[in-house]
Parts: sequence; structure tokens; C-alpha cells
Amino acid sequence: MADLYIFLILLALGFTIGTTVEKRHFRSLIRREAEHANLLLIASKLPTPDLKISESHLVGGNAVISVDYFKRFVAGLRNLVGGRMNAYESLVDRARREALLRLKDEAEKLGADMVFNIKIETASISQSANNALGSIEVYAYGTAVKTARR
Amino acid sequence: MQLSNLEIVPGQRIVKHLGLVQGSTVRAKHAGKDFLAGIKNIFGGELMAYTELLQESREEAMKRMVEQAEAVGANAVVNIRFSTSSVTMGAAELFAYGTAVVLEERG
Repeated sequence: MADLYIFLILLALGFTIGTTVEKRHFRSLIRREAEHANLLLIASKLPTPDLKISESHLVGGNAVISVDYFKRFVAGLRNLVGGRMNAYESLVDRARREALLRLKDEAEKLGADMVFNIKIETASISQSANNALGSIEVYAYGTAVKTARR
Repeated sequence: MQLSNLEIVPGQRIVKHLGLVQGSTVRAKHAGKDFLAGIKNIFGGELMAYTELLQESREEAMKRMVEQAEAVGANAVVNIRFSTSSVTMGAAELFAYGTAVVLEERG
């Protein structure tokens, strides 16, 4: 019986705090993305030849984000029937956007105005032996360049 | 040391290729931090301790790659890639590799 109570408390805590944390994170992501709107991220491999580039640096940003207890439970249920896993979709979305924002921070500190050849790498970090997917790490990197637009 | 994940460095010419250079590091998690992260796992959100740990490890891997590049007489590493793999439970390997080259200012 005590086990059931602990489980329910964890579920409730995970739901209330997890949802608040996620909402706050999304709000902050949207705000910071708007602040960085003038820095261009480009996935293409090489800068176009018409750009006059004076400096280039390797920049990167990473984030480790964990899913809450409630979502992990819901995802476990979802595993039985298949289909979209909303719980994990928002997790990877948050981690990617956060990592990209940190990359942008670093690029802006260097005075760059474009970042080329963005690569995004995702790795799952297993917490312990018993739960499979606890948290994920996303690392985004690219080459920041300072341009003098002709 | 000029680092880039492009195949070229804008404004400079590659005069010599010196081959692949690499650096890796395997890091285990701190037991205390792991415990705190376990608690954080209930509420969700960012695990700051891991973010820092992985970033530090990645810098270490990059440092080793740069040392190797210096040893072969390069002044730049181009086409850098990163990769992460979990070796055993609780430990991760961070790996960085690229091509060591000698650059010259385009005259």
C-alpha cells in the first residue's frame, strides 16, 4: 500500500512541477529566440562565395534535459499501443532549441553574424539500469563567421 | 590553432594536408551528482550538472585533438566532427576528430 502512495505522490509531483518547468522553459525559449533573430544559422556546408569573411571560429552548445516522472509513466503506457509519443517529442524539441540557443550565445559573443555547417547530435543518457530513457543530451556545433556584407 | 567544421577556412588556402587527428575522453558520472540528477529526474527539466560535465569532457577531447595536430606541425584543424557513445552504464565517451592542415594567408 505504501508503495502505491509513493507512486501516486511521485506521479502528482512529476505532473505539476514538470508541466510548470516545461511551460516556463518554452516561454524562455521563445523569448530568447526572438532576441537572437538577427543571427543566421545555415546548414549548408560552405559559405557562398559572395560573402567577405574576415574571421571564423568553431562554436557549440549543449543541453541535457530530463523527462519528468509523469511523462515517463505516460510514455510507458503509450509503448503498449504505439503511436506518437508527445512526452518525448517535447523533450527533444526543448533540448535541441536550448542547445542551438547556447550556440547562438557563443557565436554572438565572438561578434559573428552567421553560422555555417550546423550539425546537431543527439545522445541518450541512461540514468540507471532500470529505466531505459531518462534524459537526452543534444550538442549543436558549427562554424561562426564574421562577414562584411558587400 | 584555427578550428573549423567547414572543409575550408575562408580567406585562407590549405597548402598541406597532414591527415586525421583525433582526441577522446571517457568520463564517468559523479555519484553525488548522479543522485541529485536522479531526484531531478522526477520533476524533469535541465540537468545542469550533466550539461557541464559533458561540455568539460568535450573540451578535453578537443584539447587532445589540438595537441595531436600541434605535434604533426599543423596550424589548423578543418572538418571537425564530434561523436558521443555510451561505453558502459554511467560512462560516456566523447570523441572529436578532424583533418590537420597547414594554412596560408591568401595573398
